[in-house]
Amino acid sequence: MSTSQSTTTEHHPALVHQFDDMAQQREASTFGMWVFLLTEIMMFGAMFAAYLIYRIMYYPAFVAGSTSISVAWGFTNTLVLLGSSFTMAMAVWSAQKGIRKQQMVWLVLTMILGSVFLGVKAKEYYDKYDECHIPGHFIGKGFNAWGGCEVNNPKLGNIAEEIQARARNAQAKGYKDVVVPSDVAAEQTARQAEIFFSFYFALTGLHAFHMCIGLGLLTWLLIRAAHGQFGPQYYTPMELGGLYWHFVDIVWIFLFPLLYLISRHSGAH
Amino acid sequence: MSTAVITRKPVMPEKHYLNDNYGIRSWLLTKDHKRIAVLYLVSISFFFLIGGFYASMIRLQLLTPTAELFQPDTYNKLFTMHGVNMVFFFLIPSIPATIGNFLIPLMVGAKDLAFPKINLLSWYLYMAGGCFSLAALFSGGVDTGWTFYTPLSSGFVHTPVVILVFGVLLAGFSSIFTGLNFIVTVHRMRAPGLTWGRLPLFVWSNYAAALIMILGTPVVAITLSLMILERGFHIGIFDPKLGGDPVLFQHMFWFYSHPAVYIMILPGMGVISELVPCFSRKRVFGYTFVAFSSIAIAVFGFVVWAHHMFVAGISLYSALVFSLLSFAVAIPSAVKIFNWTATMYKGSVSLETPMLYALAFMGLFTIGGLTGLFLASLGLDVHIHDTYFVVAHFHYVMVGGMVTAYMGGLHFWWPKITGRMYPEGAAKLSALIVFIGFNLTFFPQFILGYLGMPRRYAAYPPEFQVFNVLSSAGASILAVGFILPAIYFLWSLKYGEVAGDNPWKATGLEWTTTSPPPTHNFHETPVVTTGPYHYGVDEEVPVVH
Repeated sequence: MSTSQSTTTEHHPALVHQFDDMAQQREASTFGMWVFLLTEIMMFGAMFAAYLIYRIMYYPAFVAGSTSISVAWGFTNTLVLLGSSFTMAMAVWSAQKGIRKQQMVWLVLTMILGSVFLGVKAKEYYDKYDECHIPGHFIGKGFNAWGGCEVNNPKLGNIAEEIQARARNAQAKGYKDVVVPSDVAAEQTARQAEIFFSFYFALTGLHAFHMCIGLGLLTWLLIRAAHGQFGPQYYTPMELGGLYWHFVDIVWIFLFPLLYLISRHSGAH
Repeated sequence: MSTAVITRKPVMPEKHYLNDNYGIRSWLLTKDHKRIAVLYLVSISFFFLIGGFYASMIRLQLLTPTAELFQPDTYNKLFTMHGVNMVFFFLIPSIPATIGNFLIPLMVGAKDLAFPKINLLSWYLYMAGGCFSLAALFSGGVDTGWTFYTPLSSGFVHTPVVILVFGVLLAGFSSIFTGLNFIVTVHRMRAPGLTWGRLPLFVWSNYAAALIMILGTPVVAITLSLMILERGFHIGIFDPKLGGDPVLFQHMFWFYSHPAVYIMILPGMGVISELVPCFSRKRVFGYTFVAFSSIAIAVFGFVVWAHHMFVAGISLYSALVFSLLSFAVAIPSAVKIFNWTATMYKGSVSLETPMLYALAFMGLFTIGGLTGLFLASLGLDVHIHDTYFVVAHFHYVMVGGMVTAYMGGLHFWWPKITGRMYPEGAAKLSALIVFIGFNLTFFPQFILGYLGMPRRYAAYPPEFQVFNVLSSAGASILAVGFILPAIYFLWSLKYGEVAGDNPWKATGLEWTTTSPPPTHNFHETPVVTTGPYHYGVDEEVPVVH
């Protein structure tokens, strides 16, 4: 049998029938993934836009809400995710080189880091539950502007007092036109923080949902890698899994400053 | 004279995608885009039937001024379910998921779409969504209107909103997957020699629609998800009682749902761009302009959404800008209409059924489009907003435009899909019935609306009855016009004349393969050497003595 070089690549076991050759398959799959990520950008983008609109509308409440979530945990998670992006990139690299053991190690590391992220997120969610910051009144004891959810620590999660404190702080810094809101006014403003927490849970929840899908993808890649399916000839699935993972990572890179950082240290105005 | 032409009667190819293998599994697990198109065709016909049933109930109710047939609550459910079924389960998937699914790989000379499994998944998502919409019907029906405006939908009504919206979400993802498949296929799987400038206009317009599907649908998905969250947990994002902004919901909803009307109409325009040159035996006039007007419509379509909200309390200045931009959409739409007309000029026009539908489209879409300009004018919109004028306007575009194009396309490619011709006489008759029935149904609604009859009312003042009776009478004629094709299409599956590869002597790669095509579409990958629509160029009258 005289099979030419080109026909041997054409009969690569991973080549599906609708494509002419591996190059076309790889280009189409990669392009498809980018188009899919574009839809994801629109999906997250819509919610980011809504969040920013409310942030402008209810600025003091959103700043107070922002202050009540833990920068330390948020920063930890940022590092964890950045680390997982590194391990993922290494997994793709070792797939390109076709080193089976290394691919598996890097994939498992990525999955561990992803799980750590979700664990920290769960801890943060639990804190919010503890502080009565769950919006709506179906989970927990309902949103409480003055904190006081916890019997032992009634000051915990006191959004209204935080708003008053920021106003006082601003006055002390010389902003003469700032008025310290009365208790009634502060409580009303604090109720607006409920919308902040709605977005906090919706945005990070959607992100965490994507992380879970990512962990599923990584499991699938791990099985394929264990069977030694990836090598210099064929590593598209690993590459696309990597694209997805990095995308979810980048979403967090936007979420972290928007939810945790901006205006945190500015006074009320 | 024509002896040589008719001596060889066309025969069915021995092996084609329909008889490649048999059994329910071979259909439900198929990855063949042609079979998935047929699956879609059957399922959207079913939902068209359901939506049509709701419509006929609406028209029955409005025969008399006093709500005699249904309670107002029931009537609210009828028009909501009509809208949701027709928009999300018929109009949006209609041409792309059936004719588009079938034709795009054929037209670009590919063996299949880029991601056949995702294509099948898209059908399953659609069916799951459809089941949810039926579940919502059986658990009482939803009465929010198809727009699901908050806070009505998220707090006040006690109907199964969540079930229905979940169905819509699933259908949305099915639409995203169709769009994704089209875009990748058009970019990466064109046959050798098939440059962008040689693509059939049907591909261009479906490509433009696919762009809207992938960019718009995720936004409505997240909007409706937030609405469900709000309904489930009372979180207050769109609820003014809790500081939320209901107008923001409208912005986010229409950011998708306005471009969505271009998802519906663009593929229809693509069909017309195929029909007009074929039945005029002429190259399409201004190919580049027609192609790019599709892209222009898709782009403009994304920046006009707030014209649905002129009376919702948005700022006057933004309303002015949105009004201006809405007028701008008329430009690429008019480019298409003028170019089709110019294509027919001095062509040898023949009036087979598909062309009848194409002509109907050009007339009815023009009326629908021009009345859209009335609605885009700020002052006039205050007067006719939420009246039957709006209802008539979008039915002229959606039924007079989109459904007409769909019917034209279905007749045109029926021989390619099934290998058999439909009966021409019956088809012409039903095209005529559709045209008469449609105009009788919806033209009186322009007058009703202009006189001030609001939409979505179960009862109305007696002076409006004349026009409502006309409209209801028209609806029954229209129904006949849609039932007839259902009958003769089914009939033709067994008794229709065998069509042959290219019964219309049309150009385009889909006509170079057999009818029905083999599972892998082409026996060998086609190579394209000419531009599209080379009608009249190498088309000599066969010399027969």
